[in-house]
Amino acid sequence: MERIPILKMGDFLIVTIQVDMHDRLVTTLQDDLTSMISSHGSHGVLIDISSLDMVDSFIGRMIGNIAGMSRVLDAETVVVGMRPAVAITLVELGLSLDGVRTALDVEKGMILLRASTRRRLTEEDEDGRDEG
Amino acid sequence: MVVTKDDTMEIRVSDHVVLVRQAVRKWSIELGFSLVDQTKMITAASELARNTLDYGKGGTVRLERVEEGMKKGLRLTFEDQGPGIPDLEKALTDGYTTGRGMGMGLSGSKRLVNEFDIATKVGEGTRVTITRWK
Repeated sequence: MERIPILKMGDFLIVTIQVDMHDRLVTTLQDDLTSMISSHGSHGVLIDISSLDMVDSFIGRMIGNIAGMSRVLDAETVVVGMRPAVAITLVELGLSLDGVRTALDVEKGMILLRASTRRRLTEEDEDGRDEG
Repeated sequence: MVVTKDDTMEIRVSDHVVLVRQAVRKWSIELGFSLVDQTKMITAASELARNTLDYGKGGTVRLERVEEGMKKGLRLTFEDQGPGIPDLEKALTDGYTTGRGMGMGLSGSKRLVNEFDIATKVGEGTRVTITRWK
């Protein structure tokens, strides 16, 4: 079965979408990512959509779902590389991807993910001291 | 309005939605649409092709390159023989859905094009026509 590859890099999962996805492929990616977050205990997901020349409501919903599910599973999602024309169209279509963190490129996205993981570790440390 | 080129494509399975997007991209580029206009037309086509498949139980799309005076544009007509839309006004409202989507398909794609027309009859089917001018 056709699949979008998901790369594991330390605490993070990385996905680069490079094909024009039909709906089933979109749904499969959502399921695969959710189960990988849980099985690897990942704390961050980076989705690179720089190759996508359109994001319609179905793909938009998938992105929102992944962000929501990963949040519940204690992971952060960052979507990177959205093309300007895609962003303009998406907003005019009526989707604003509320609650989804975005960054301009992979590098900035990784910085964002690392920062949030660090913040999480610090908070855990502080919690530990409070209890001790 | 003069039609200078036309083609009809089937929308029966979800792969066909991808093929429709690719055809609309090709035609939009041929017409010299700006990148934003291309993206809007492809996105609208994707929404409507999915509607044809999911709600209309499959159908066709007709692509036409049209000219009116000095204007050139792309017209797409999505047609199905599905159940039709009982409450059109509701279906055109943001966020209203009877399916698995977000309810942005019809209302959203209307905002992405210059002309939008919908004809539907319960038990007979639905026809949506959109046009974007260069």
